[in-house]
Amino acid sequence: MAGLAAAFGSGAMTNSIEEIEFTNVILAIGTNTTENHPVLSSRVKRAVCQRNAKLIVIDPREIDLVKYATIWLRQKPGTDVVVLNGLMNVIITEDIFAKEYVKNRTEGFEALQKVVSAYTPEYVEKISGVPAEDLKTAARIYATANKASILYAMGLTQHISGTDNVKSCANLAMLCGMVGIEGGGVNPLRGQNNVQGACDMGALPNVFPAYQSVANDEARAKFEKFWNVPLQGKPGKTILEMMEAAHKGEMKAIYVMGENPMVSDPDLTHVEASLKNLDLLVVQDIFMTETAAVADVVLPSACFAEKDGTFTNTERRVQRIRKAVPAPGQAKTDWQIIAELSARMGYPMNYSSAEEIMSEINTVTPSYAGITYSRIEKEGIQWPCPNTDHPGTRFLHSEHFSRGLGLFHAVEYVPAAEQTDDEYPIILSTGRVLYHYHTGTMTRLSKGSVERCPESLVEINPVDAEKLGIDDGQMVKVTSRRGTLEAKAKITTRSGVGTVFMNFHFHEAAVNLLTNPALDPIGKIPEYKVCAVRVERA
Amino acid sequence: MEKICSVTIDGKVVEVSPGQTILEVAREHGIYIPTLCHYSKTTNVGACRVCVVEVEKAKSLVASCCMPVSPGMVIKTDTEKVRASQKLIVELLWASGNHDCLSCEQNGGCELQNLVYWLGIERPRFNIAPPNYKIENTNSMIQRDLSKCVLCGRCIRACNEIQVNEILDFSNRGHFAKVGPAFDADYINSECYFCGECVDACPVGAITFKQARFSGRPWEIKKVKTTCTYCGVGCQIDLNVHNNRIVKVTGNKDYVQPNEGSLCVKGRFGMDFVNDPSRLKTPLIRKEKGGDFTEATWDEAYDFIADSLTEIKKKNGPDSIAGLSSARCTNEENYLFQKFLRAGIGTNNVDHCARL
Repeated sequence: MAGLAAAFGSGAMTNSIEEIEFTNVILAIGTNTTENHPVLSSRVKRAVCQRNAKLIVIDPREIDLVKYATIWLRQKPGTDVVVLNGLMNVIITEDIFAKEYVKNRTEGFEALQKVVSAYTPEYVEKISGVPAEDLKTAARIYATANKASILYAMGLTQHISGTDNVKSCANLAMLCGMVGIEGGGVNPLRGQNNVQGACDMGALPNVFPAYQSVANDEARAKFEKFWNVPLQGKPGKTILEMMEAAHKGEMKAIYVMGENPMVSDPDLTHVEASLKNLDLLVVQDIFMTETAAVADVVLPSACFAEKDGTFTNTERRVQRIRKAVPAPGQAKTDWQIIAELSARMGYPMNYSSAEEIMSEINTVTPSYAGITYSRIEKEGIQWPCPNTDHPGTRFLHSEHFSRGLGLFHAVEYVPAAEQTDDEYPIILSTGRVLYHYHTGTMTRLSKGSVERCPESLVEINPVDAEKLGIDDGQMVKVTSRRGTLEAKAKITTRSGVGTVFMNFHFHEAAVNLLTNPALDPIGKIPEYKVCAVRVERA
Repeated sequence: MEKICSVTIDGKVVEVSPGQTILEVAREHGIYIPTLCHYSKTTNVGACRVCVVEVEKAKSLVASCCMPVSPGMVIKTDTEKVRASQKLIVELLWASGNHDCLSCEQNGGCELQNLVYWLGIERPRFNIAPPNYKIENTNSMIQRDLSKCVLCGRCIRACNEIQVNEILDFSNRGHFAKVGPAFDADYINSECYFCGECVDACPVGAITFKQARFSGRPWEIKKVKTTCTYCGVGCQIDLNVHNNRIVKVTGNKDYVQPNEGSLCVKGRFGMDFVNDPSRLKTPLIRKEKGGDFTEATWDEAYDFIADSLTEIKKKNGPDSIAGLSSARCTNEENYLFQKFLRAGIGTNNVDHCARL
């Protein structure tokens, strides 16, 4: 998000899901779309199979989308910047970039040009393993399209260079004039139902709703007036900084609403020690999660089917959720719990419905100003929607970028924080599988999902399996510098030679015991896609 | 689309656009033509012939779902010849399958049943000789009873053209023709992704939601439109509720963005958690570190938290308190949560797991 915001002035998905089906070229990098965003992946497949679109897949794993790809660039994990700079090198060398667009709508081109000039196809092949000729072919396909859409997800961002990776995608799209047009854009696919909305609503340490900076005096004054209290101008701590502070004993209380950091955070041993070091841990959830189990107070909340409200999807579309069934026992909706607790603490919050809260959101959040429940009854509206007559915005940056001119960032390749060596010779990447979701608290209760995918598997290439004497279905031990676990091996060419893949849905084989908590310095996203491990027969 | 010529349909002269089918024109003007194999968003195949109409000067009845209009065309949708043909087709379909509505899950929602009723067929003229397929009960999500299949091919087109999962197709010929995954495998032994698009597409009781079996009749079920709780696509789904329980999930038939009625395995079959007995039902407090949880009232829980937070804030300042909001909760809840931290507690220590 930080990467896109720096380049364009907004971190949101630039275009709409529908447009993916009607574009000419789709470049999918670091997104295993068919498993993580299955319904959206149908649009990609329809574009290819029914509308003659070309598909470029850039991914170290032989994901299902590869079947539909016009060309597949299989880079070594952690070398995305090399490949993206390489594409731009070819496009500039062959003089097929959008000169007018670059001149009129962007800045910083010279610096970019200088940096990417070193990333010749031959150099790219050496570092990333992507054949020089394939790189050239892909570059030509993307650059010469009338409209081309870049899709990416956590495969691109969960690296220490995650922000750089995103900036490189933005560079590529601007270089070819693909931003601000229908069917184009740089499109992050959010993994969780309301990640976009949580960010929009200011559930971030540095911004109020609609990304109004807490450090900005004017923004703060506005919220002070509206909320009727003095507010702090110093940005707060991110999730991993909170854990660090708790570990040191500086953080005394953490209130968790619907999260499970005991499974989802990197370096779980550290997280557990941090949480146990608190004076007060409150967890508000629908289940006794691993995090709730170590809490001092656990509050039962209603799930999505038991309450009214809105979620904002990955394409900025604000959509209704509706109460369908009653909540179990004494469980209450999260907003009721917060409002009631806040009143006890001397800061009353009087709302009689979720819709009333939305009315307040409309007032303080310019991009949501025109999004009311009555307007989204049938179909959601995409922000920005500045007033109740506005139809919403299908794609961003059409006349000019949110920040004015689009900014190129000259990005150099930074190797992954952890490299393989003799002791830990294999790269581990983590992610999701189709049948489960995140820490598994929900999908592991679904008969069907468990039937289809009952356990965590270590996906390993046949070449490595043979070398290590591992049979399909055999238990293996996976060890990193931080921890060790056992799981079944699945021998498959989906994993490249020298790499293994595991999902993070199963706490019995909690893969985040192994992962590297090294952070992207700007996005503060942990490097879940690259850590060095040793695999052996258990 | 630009209307460039006119046709006559049931005596009414109407403007049409090039490429429109007779069926489209009829629907646009409120004229009912029954269909069975027709399925929106997929290719028109004209397989069932239920949608036949008379076109002047045409040699035979034509399938309105496939026939494009042409200038001056004169169409009749409600003639004796048309109805006789439709009846014959429906009678043959009825007779060729094991359409025992008494125990069928689709009773009340079945398109074949509706056709029989609409055409006023007392009983088929032919002996009923259904194929004797075994009910496929080998997975917990989708049940198949091919004895009820009318071979309309909607499931196949939904699988290949809408989801592009490319699992289902026809095999064998004539009387032995059937639909299914490659090598006649059960779903569970195929590459099927269990998106359930085929179930939504099936007009009869051949492909049904296993867990919804005997859990409520179509007319007893309340559909509540909402947004899926899993990934960031935000599919619009219908929770099918009976006796305060979600019995199944179907794609929303308004076909709005972003999913136009399609779902994936998580949104379709991943709602068991809502009703799981392990859901938290009462506040719990651990009165001392290392002790056990004890059940508490909301008042006790609120007091415990409010007292602790107030004391911590007094002793260590507001920045010794932090909150983790959630990408799983609503906008309204996220808004309130950060407001609580910022305005109520006085700290900007608020984040969520967007990065993980």
